[in-house]
Amino acid sequence: MKVSADRIADLAARHGEKPGALLPLLHAIQDEMGHIPPSAAGIIAKALNLSSAEVRGVISFYHHFRTEPSSSPRVEICCAESCQSMGSEALLAHARKTCEVHPVYCLGLCAVSPAMMVDGKPHARVTPEKFDSVMKKAAS
Amino acid sequence: MSVPIYVPVDSAALALGADEVASAIAGEAQKRGIAIRLVRNGSRGMFWLEPLVEVETQQGRIAYGPVGPGDVKGLFDAGFESGGSHDLSLGPTEEIPYLKKQERLTFARVGIIDPLSLEDYLACAGYQGLRRAVSLSPAGIVQEITESGLRGRGGAAFPTGIKWNTVLQAEADRKYVVCNADEGDSGTFADRMLMEGDPYSLIEGMTIAALAVGATQGYIYVRSEYPHAVATLNRAISIAKDAGYLGSDILGSGKSFELEVRKAAGAYVCGEETAMLESIEGKRGIVRAKPPLPALYGLFGKPTAINNVISLATVPVIMARGAEFYRHYGMGRSRGTLPFQLAGNIKRGGLVEKAFGVTLREMLYDFGGGTASGLPVRAVQVGGPLGSYLPDSQWDVAMDYEEYSAIFAVLGHGGIVVHDETADLARLARYAMDFCAIESCGKCTPCRIGSVRGVEVMDRIIAGERNQIGLLRELCDTMLYGSMCAMGGMTPYPVLSALNHFPEDFGVAGERHA
Repeated sequence: MKVSADRIADLAARHGEKPGALLPLLHAIQDEMGHIPPSAAGIIAKALNLSSAEVRGVISFYHHFRTEPSSSPRVEICCAESCQSMGSEALLAHARKTCEVHPVYCLGLCAVSPAMMVDGKPHARVTPEKFDSVMKKAAS
Repeated sequence: MSVPIYVPVDSAALALGADEVASAIAGEAQKRGIAIRLVRNGSRGMFWLEPLVEVETQQGRIAYGPVGPGDVKGLFDAGFESGGSHDLSLGPTEEIPYLKKQERLTFARVGIIDPLSLEDYLACAGYQGLRRAVSLSPAGIVQEITESGLRGRGGAAFPTGIKWNTVLQAEADRKYVVCNADEGDSGTFADRMLMEGDPYSLIEGMTIAALAVGATQGYIYVRSEYPHAVATLNRAISIAKDAGYLGSDILGSGKSFELEVRKAAGAYVCGEETAMLESIEGKRGIVRAKPPLPALYGLFGKPTAINNVISLATVPVIMARGAEFYRHYGMGRSRGTLPFQLAGNIKRGGLVEKAFGVTLREMLYDFGGGTASGLPVRAVQVGGPLGSYLPDSQWDVAMDYEEYSAIFAVLGHGGIVVHDETADLARLARYAMDFCAIESCGKCTPCRIGSVRGVEVMDRIIAGERNQIGLLRELCDTMLYGSMCAMGGMTPYPVLSALNHFPEDFGVAGERHA
């Protein structure tokens, strides 16, 4: 735990000078550690001269930030209208049988719906069969 | 002489395997000893043909698609590197009717150039707008944009020149230009395609905006769901800066402008301009009360010009070719072109840039070719999740801000999501309320509470309680007129349009409203 606390303090020092540093800092922490550890809020608050409540408030407001490690691989399936019109509800139901799925609202791949991201890699026109083959590849 | 071969690097092309195709082409060319130059371009926006591979020949660029890695060997056997005929041949790219019928001003370079090549950008009229802008006074730039008739392409359609003039007139020690690239609407991807396919046009547009309003710092607020756009922009900014197009002395004008990308964090409401400012400031994305206008009291309390990606990326062509050239396109008070995005259950989905005045029916059939499922089109949502569902009877209305407003619809950011006859509009109306409940910032009651009550009322209607319809209408009325921003204020558009045009899905057949 000590290592990550030091690292968070390092990142806070590096990003702290920017105006509106909190979001870039939270991104930097999550990109590096996979999530924002619960202990981070206090360290960030001190570094950026904010209250711990303000930092926690920001972390909890944004869907992108998570305070626990994500499932691996991270599967995000778009559940917005465009993907719904091409069967994303059935895809979601299929995917949930085998893994943890995070619904997202639009990946900007609406002309090739339904879409999903697996560990940041986009996939389009995802049928249940294609989903299975993508997941098989991701596991190997 | 090595043959240029183009394989898109656009996210949607990547999602369909463009990287695998690119490496198959590189490998096969090497094996056969054929000298090629692989260029990773943006997408032409014809997504049913992606991955779309193009070859530069003496007759111009020849297209092949959709190409899978398994097709590559056959393409080489057919001599595609010199334009040879193959089952996947599409002929000269520019002659494909979908592309030929468009009027590409903002998207003129997207899909044609290597997005990060400044050389390509300059060869295709890049930075001509900025060169002209540095020779003009700030008021002169603002006048040109005002006369072009350009209105905000993010969805609100506010005249860009008038907004800039407010920022220009404001006295302050520091001003900002902020690009809203938080393109959260389902059915839209124009911002993403532009940022991935022609990032310098956005950078140039922002630089011109900065010269016009007197700003020295700019931010591009990009969704976290667009990692490729973020990476492309960051690289483009650094290349532009090294070449003197950003930084302390832009094109020798003595003016300085710095640009930074800020990554959003998955909150739809941060596409609302004041919530976006809060987010850039490092706070929760809570909507601010207006006035004061962001043009006067914006980012960090300073005058701020906020524009959408497409508005800003359209500025260079207006400056380069003049207001008159741009105004010539369009109808009524909707001047110029709009990059429409055909999405959802559509056979030929993609980006269609057309002058205002085209009809939805032309979009759906002439361009889109009907549904992907082959079933009849039933309802079309135009303008994102806060836009109305349009029935067949409204598909001949000209796509123009005012004409749409007259039928309780919006063009928004130009997203068109098609649903076939299996769509259940009551469920889609419930989804609209649910989406609002998930994404509401919580600042005002009509949106925060109204959306939750809306889901409950919709659940009862779906369960057959028809007497709840009146309550739903009252609730929508409160949200429409009582919300602080478009999030709660426009959620009634999809709900009421679904109810009015498709009452049978709500169990009230025969009670069709105007």
